[in-house]
Amino acid sequence: MTTATISRWDRFRESFLWYSFKRDKIAIISFIVLLAMVLAAIFAPLLAPADPYDLAQINIMNSELPPAGMAGSDPAFPLGTDAQGRDMLSTILYGTRVSLLIGFGAVVLQAALGIVFGLLAGYLGGRVDSILMRIADVQLSFSTLMVAIIVGAVFKASFGNLMFGEIAIYMLIFIIGIAEWPQIARTVRASVLAEKKKEYVDAAKVMGFRTGRIMFRHILPNTLSPIFVIATVQIANAIISEAALSFLGLGMPETQPSLGSLIKSGFDYIQSGSWWITLLPGLVLVVLVLVINLLGDWLRDVMNPRLYKG
Amino acid sequence: MLAFLVQRISQALLVMFVISVIAFAIQDGLGDPLQQMVGMSVSQDEREAIREDMGLNDSLVVQYFRFAANAAQGDLGTSYFYGKPTLDVILEHLPATLELVIGASLIILVFSVPIGVYAAIRPQAWLSKFFMGISTVGISIPVFLTAIVLIQLFSIGVAVNPFPQDAGWGRWLNGALSTEGGLPSYGRGDELTPLFGTWNSGFFSHDGILHLILPSVSLASIMLPLFIRLIRAEMMEVLQSDYIRYARAKGLGAGRVNFLHALKNTMLPVITVGGVQIGIMVAYTILTETVFQWPGVGLMFLEAITRSDIPLIVAYLMVVGLIFVITNTLVDLLYGLVNPTVKLTGKKA
Repeated sequence: MTTATISRWDRFRESFLWYSFKRDKIAIISFIVLLAMVLAAIFAPLLAPADPYDLAQINIMNSELPPAGMAGSDPAFPLGTDAQGRDMLSTILYGTRVSLLIGFGAVVLQAALGIVFGLLAGYLGGRVDSILMRIADVQLSFSTLMVAIIVGAVFKASFGNLMFGEIAIYMLIFIIGIAEWPQIARTVRASVLAEKKKEYVDAAKVMGFRTGRIMFRHILPNTLSPIFVIATVQIANAIISEAALSFLGLGMPETQPSLGSLIKSGFDYIQSGSWWITLLPGLVLVVLVLVINLLGDWLRDVMNPRLYKG
Repeated sequence: MLAFLVQRISQALLVMFVISVIAFAIQDGLGDPLQQMVGMSVSQDEREAIREDMGLNDSLVVQYFRFAANAAQGDLGTSYFYGKPTLDVILEHLPATLELVIGASLIILVFSVPIGVYAAIRPQAWLSKFFMGISTVGISIPVFLTAIVLIQLFSIGVAVNPFPQDAGWGRWLNGALSTEGGLPSYGRGDELTPLFGTWNSGFFSHDGILHLILPSVSLASIMLPLFIRLIRAEMMEVLQSDYIRYARAKGLGAGRVNFLHALKNTMLPVITVGGVQIGIMVAYTILTETVFQWPGVGLMFLEAITRSDIPLIVAYLMVVGLIFVITNTLVDLLYGLVNPTVKLTGKKA
């Protein structure tokens, strides 16, 4: 940050990141789609024609209306209605909001855990390293989804249905964050192992800085690009995990649905021919996860960090 | 080798110990067993007596050792809902899950190897790009959504008529876009063949196989893209190596080089990673079984959660934990056997 004359924006425009972004059609399209979905989710209360949380606006007579263009559809409900008569477009907008919120929240939590544990394991080494990585190995061998399901089941059994429903968003962020930290911890550890051999770390040690300062102020900034890449993919994973938990009934309640619980509640009606209640939120979920994954792939190719293989 | 064996087995025991502690903590923390056993009318004194009798007043450590000793003898308590030993309940449901996993593994094996190898040999062909694109999309689709789409397409059926039905070409296009449906999407069917013990198999009847198709395709769909990518990546790495170049220079035919020399060395890491993935599939069986009401352990576990059947939840954790630990240890040992270059005792280089 020595050149104050060049603004950050100029620096960004001359960076390799921007250069390769401009030349990658898939990255551009994915970014635009993701941006549109994030904005739509943030401004859902303004964009949505109805408020799905407001019971007064729901009319049960409107239930299971098909989307526009099909026989029996109502122009007031462009994407049809669900079994309770809620407008699908509105529930999907609000559902995307909940899913994205949980996805981001869970990744922030797992990044915090992963960075701290990864730094400790990589820099201190020895027994701390073997204990932390053993825990990570065991957790990963169980698969993050399994861990999330078990933790979710235990929480649900101990809090009870009603209580769990009220604090479900925080619960899910906590559950998914706990279940998926090993991914980030491993990546951080791998890059810390490479960084700590470098001269600047020796220099910092010679100057007598404390271990904590060296870890967080000197090494951490140099491990940020792999963290950034894996965090992108982890958002997609967290959204899928949330959807899976909600689908199993261990996640968001139907009164405050995420995309996963919308799919779940629609699934009960698929045999009666109302495919849109479950497949429209499903489509939104797939597109959301797909564009995040595509952006993650692109970031990995551009930044090319030392990712943990497999 | 012996040191490696001892190390891995002691590690497995340690993991099992941790799992049992977690399971015990859940059992101890969730609910009061006394509440489940006796009604409201039992007096406080009697409650205390039963409490003392059951050993609930002992220290946690003593209670844990009692739990662990019982568990080691196969006694994981009695299910509240089924009213019989939890291990028996699990053994009744396990064959259904195993058949689902076997079916999915067969599908993965049959499709991933040819597609992965092809994509590695001809990375620029449009068919390879098509398969790789599909697998990227496939990773982004949650397994329960694949299952729902499959149910819509092949169980319920889709009838669309965007083209004129009176013209021959229109009818043909409409027919191509529509699907028949009719495949069963619920349970395992009635025609099960008893094999041994609690194992009733659906593999030996037409109806059983039909019921198996949609669930195993769904379960396979989540792992198939992973395996295709893995096989492709490993194969491409092998194809770069010196001995392959030498074999080509020697004038060996492409088929011999690719399939005899390269594929053999590709499959090694694939088998080991694959072993671990098969274990991970157990987690996805919970989702698949929920969608298809498949009467396996996954559905049983989920029902146990909604019924707060704590002994059954705990027993499931122990059994699934054991399955994970055994597969992972076996895979590790296998890897040590077939690849002697792996650092056996894990000493730092």
